[in-house]
Amino acid sequence: MEFLYFPGCTLYTKAQNLDEAGRACAKALGFELKELSNWTCCGATFPLAKDNIMALAPPARILARAKEEGSALTTLCSVCFNVIKRTNELIKGDEEKREKINTFIEMDYQGDVQVIHYLEILKREVGFDTIKGALKRDLQEMRVAPFYGCMLLRPSEEMEFDDKEAPTIFEEFLGAINCEPVDFPYKIECCGAFQSVGAPEVATECAYAILNSAIRNGAEAVTTTCPLCQFNIDNMQREIRQKYNGFPGIPIIYFTQLLGLALGLPVEKLEFHRNDVDPRPLLEKRGLL
Amino acid sequence: MKKIGVFICHCGINIAGTVDVKAVSRETGEMEDVVHSEDYIYMCSDPGQLLIHNAIREKGLDGVVVACCSPTMHEATFRKAVESEGLNPYVCEIANIREQCSWVHQGDKERATSKAGEIIRSVLEKLRQNEALETLTMPLTKRALVIGGGIAGITASIDLADSGYEVILVERQPSIGGRLDQLSLTFPHLDDARCILGPKKAEIANNPKIRVMPYCEVEEVKGFIGNFDVRIRRKPTYVDWDKCTACGVCLEKCPVESLSDFERGLTTRKAIYTGALSENSGKPVIDPIHCRHLVDGTCTICQEVCPEGAIRYDQGEELLEERVGAIVVATGYDLFPMEKIGEYGYGRIPDVIDGLAFERMLSPSGPTGGEIRRPSDGRIPREVVFIQCVASRDPERYMPYCSRVCCMYTAKQAKLLKQKIPNSQPYIFFMDVRTDSKGYEEFLQGAIEEEELIYLRGRVARVFQEGDKVRVWGEDTLTNRKVELDADMVVLATAVVPSEGIKDIAARLRATADKHGFLTEAHIKLYPVESPTKGIFLAGCGQGPKDITDTVAQASATASKIQSLFSQDALLQDPLVAFVDPEICSGCGICVQVCPYEAREMDEYRGISKVHEALCQGCGACIAACPNNACELRNSKAVQVFGMMETFAEGAEGSLADG
Repeated sequence: MEFLYFPGCTLYTKAQNLDEAGRACAKALGFELKELSNWTCCGATFPLAKDNIMALAPPARILARAKEEGSALTTLCSVCFNVIKRTNELIKGDEEKREKINTFIEMDYQGDVQVIHYLEILKREVGFDTIKGALKRDLQEMRVAPFYGCMLLRPSEEMEFDDKEAPTIFEEFLGAINCEPVDFPYKIECCGAFQSVGAPEVATECAYAILNSAIRNGAEAVTTTCPLCQFNIDNMQREIRQKYNGFPGIPIIYFTQLLGLALGLPVEKLEFHRNDVDPRPLLEKRGLL
Repeated sequence: MKKIGVFICHCGINIAGTVDVKAVSRETGEMEDVVHSEDYIYMCSDPGQLLIHNAIREKGLDGVVVACCSPTMHEATFRKAVESEGLNPYVCEIANIREQCSWVHQGDKERATSKAGEIIRSVLEKLRQNEALETLTMPLTKRALVIGGGIAGITASIDLADSGYEVILVERQPSIGGRLDQLSLTFPHLDDARCILGPKKAEIANNPKIRVMPYCEVEEVKGFIGNFDVRIRRKPTYVDWDKCTACGVCLEKCPVESLSDFERGLTTRKAIYTGALSENSGKPVIDPIHCRHLVDGTCTICQEVCPEGAIRYDQGEELLEERVGAIVVATGYDLFPMEKIGEYGYGRIPDVIDGLAFERMLSPSGPTGGEIRRPSDGRIPREVVFIQCVASRDPERYMPYCSRVCCMYTAKQAKLLKQKIPNSQPYIFFMDVRTDSKGYEEFLQGAIEEEELIYLRGRVARVFQEGDKVRVWGEDTLTNRKVELDADMVVLATAVVPSEGIKDIAARLRATADKHGFLTEAHIKLYPVESPTKGIFLAGCGQGPKDITDTVAQASATASKIQSLFSQDALLQDPLVAFVDPEICSGCGICVQVCPYEAREMDEYRGISKVHEALCQGCGACIAACPNNACELRNSKAVQVFGMMETFAEGAEGSLADG
């Protein structure tokens, strides 16, 4: 199996741990991530203004290039997934916009590439049962809270990813790698990422509410699919600790890192040193290193 | 016909604004067989009709054409006028020069005038070959079927029985009472639901004209107004009700429990249960899904303990045939299932309940004996959040309509909460508060002021379990602030939806339902309690969300409509039905298959097809389908219709040549 892969900018810089682990796990599970040649930034925001065609040009160009190399495009980053998938839906359904965009990017793209997230490959192509059979390290029912954020799920009629109010794919994944998924009410809330520059205090509050809820529900770690969520609830813990005395802190681990761990990949390949709150003491304690 | 009168209506400016009525009148006066032609501003008015009366008398007319609006508006009016002068009503025809001419040709007076003349000419052609027909009289079964034993069905049944007609009341639950049986006190006067329902139930039980058929469903309906043949299925109760004395021992001893629908899942019921709650007056039925004997034969306790030997595990269903003249559909409502509402926890948070469950808590006969307690731990709640418009008025995701009862019952529930638990605090999230009936606004204001209810205008975004509290995230749009509340309990006023299976019932009755499943009325203002299918009447929430007051009024309206139908000696029916020329019919039977009213049947002896005139609605399906042209419609025979078309075509050619 081979999947055309769009890493996105963050995965080449801050989120190398998400990317490296994702590629390594793919190999271990017997599928290939073939990087799209000549890709650009996805734009990182799906435009809210209806006539903002300019913002749609980068994702449209990415999709048009993907069409030249395959029929489906995979991402790991939730934000890229959201922007590219929504652009694709728009091009597919809106003839007028499609023509405008095509004229603008000087390419001809009809919206016929399938945009899929890595988690969907794990669920549908590889299968969680196959993953169960490929486990090399026992994560011993480590209590992990899955944080979906907003980008994977909303707007649900365009994303068609999972139930927007009570998604389960992340929990199923955690179950497959022998972690105990921790249910907590904030799992589909906004992490505040878009405010982390302009109004960091807002973002800190969001992160605090999310982490506090996960901790209260007994989580030892939180897992994410999104570099923005990751940054916000991981790096923001410094500010939280300053503001809220006694905040215990909790490691935030990318889902590909957890998967890599369970598949028995060498720990150095999983780049845990890049996580701001170091997960290694927890893993050490559980005898996983 | 040699002496025809033509009467041209102006309809104010509706016709006269576009058609030159004077010119048309002059033109028709010249037409063959026309001995009288005149126009008037409103032909349907008294002076207008007088013109027709006078012309018939003075000129001895033997045929009348009224050129006016659509025949669906005033054909009956003018036929009655003609009849009162001693003519056969079927020698009066309508030439529609409003909907089919003036309204569609505004701004083109010349051609509209010419077309109006052609329409009248073609109707004259038809009229010449009309037969004088006699109104058909059909036998009328003066017995009504009422489907649904809630307050709507109960009211309609009592009203009909009181005026001397027999009623069959079919209810699919083990006993009658419907949703009202689940309620506590009712707005706006806080009457106890039982004080409304109890005497009515007693009246039903004691009225010899009413036959109650509990635990039954309508399986099939054939026939037409005046004579419906109904097949009713009596589901197996597994209890011989003739022997059962409703002593209740079986209910006590049955070892199987499952969540009670009636108590909205707040408590359990046994596998053998009664519909009539704690009063225990009802006779029980066995739930075949949970009963151990019926599932795998491992238990016979109820049979062993029954002192009367009334348990019948082998009881089958029974089918009963009844003939009735009219049917009332009073099938009631359900609440939109909480399990479908993700943002409020998909029905998985124990202390989030719906309005009916809260009613059960308030009811002295309910599972908590009238005490308000949290389902999760039985504690008395302090902070209770009520959310209105849950799945109502939400066209994007749920139901677009207003459920009409929630504003009032939420105010009532919050008030009763405060009265029962004085140190509690109700919070009510609302979009608008709609109090549109007598005494409702006063009730609401009184409740807000006396009980210090807190009303917050805004919707709730999310509800989730947080420790042992239910956290509510909402918005107060009047202060523009986010609201976060830790509630002990949340009550959702979920949307009123038609009860399950309504679409099947509608299909069986050939009644129509809207896209939400509410039964549609023939006309929202002119015929609000009649279904478009004649003989079918609508009452209660099956037709649309409404409160008890409106339901009772509507039920009485259906009863009075049926009373006036039944007050006739026989059913009069339009004779404009299909007939068969026995010389031509080859007996192929195609007409039998196409007839939507089961009005066509093969005459096995003669080998040709025949028409049941009582059932025929004159739709024309068989006429179009007949390969030999053996079927015809009275006064719309092929020769007449083709005659009209030819006349019209000649006129069109003429005007083309002119133009």
